[in-house]
Amino acid sequence: MTVRLEELLRQAFPDATELAVEDRTGGGDHFQVVVTSPRLAGLSLVEQHRLVYDALAEPLADGTIHELRIKTRGDG
Amino acid sequence: MALKDRIQETIESEDVVLFMKGTPEQVLCGNSARALDALRSVGAPVTAVDVLPDPAIRQELSALSNWPTIPQVFVRGELVGGADIVQELAETGELREKLDGALGEGWQERGREERTVELAEGSGPAGLRLVP
Repeated sequence: MTVRLEELLRQAFPDATELAVEDRTGGGDHFQVVVTSPRLAGLSLVEQHRLVYDALAEPLADGTIHELRIKTRGDG
Repeated sequence: MALKDRIQETIESEDVVLFMKGTPEQVLCGNSARALDALRSVGAPVTAVDVLPDPAIRQELSALSNWPTIPQVFVRGELVGGADIVQELAETGELREKLDGALGEGWQERGREERTVELAEGSGPAGLRLVP
């Protein structure tokens, strides 16, 4: 499952300099994602996280992701 | 009043609103606990809304806020974020600055208030509890 989430994030942030998905509990439904990308530069944290939510809209909507932690940085 | 309007009114009329799973007395989700702890760490006044009694609360809220997950924290009508953002802002000191800007300096002297508002259909009057 982490692979699928990584693919979705990679599509949304093709120029990410850092992109990591961690299965926090090993259960395949609690995830921590880290995205550092120039696409996030200059955006508020709310806007940054919205882009991550958009990228992961499908697994969020179908219940694959039960809990998501997000860490984003705009790459300077 | 329609549920959507009650949500909107709560967001706009309360200083700090936390939409959460459970109540401050009985938190039922780790992320809601992290958001509540972050707000408490700066001494923010918190108006809590439990989204669990009626799934429609969460649906209407997410449609309004364009934010898919719970918890959600609003300061004077503005979405500040979920648990990760609020925690980060509390750690960097930016949450305090945001509260200074939105509530005016001196909000910390007013005493920390924590209350729970019921938005579900047919619920009783809102409870108010002062935190010593």
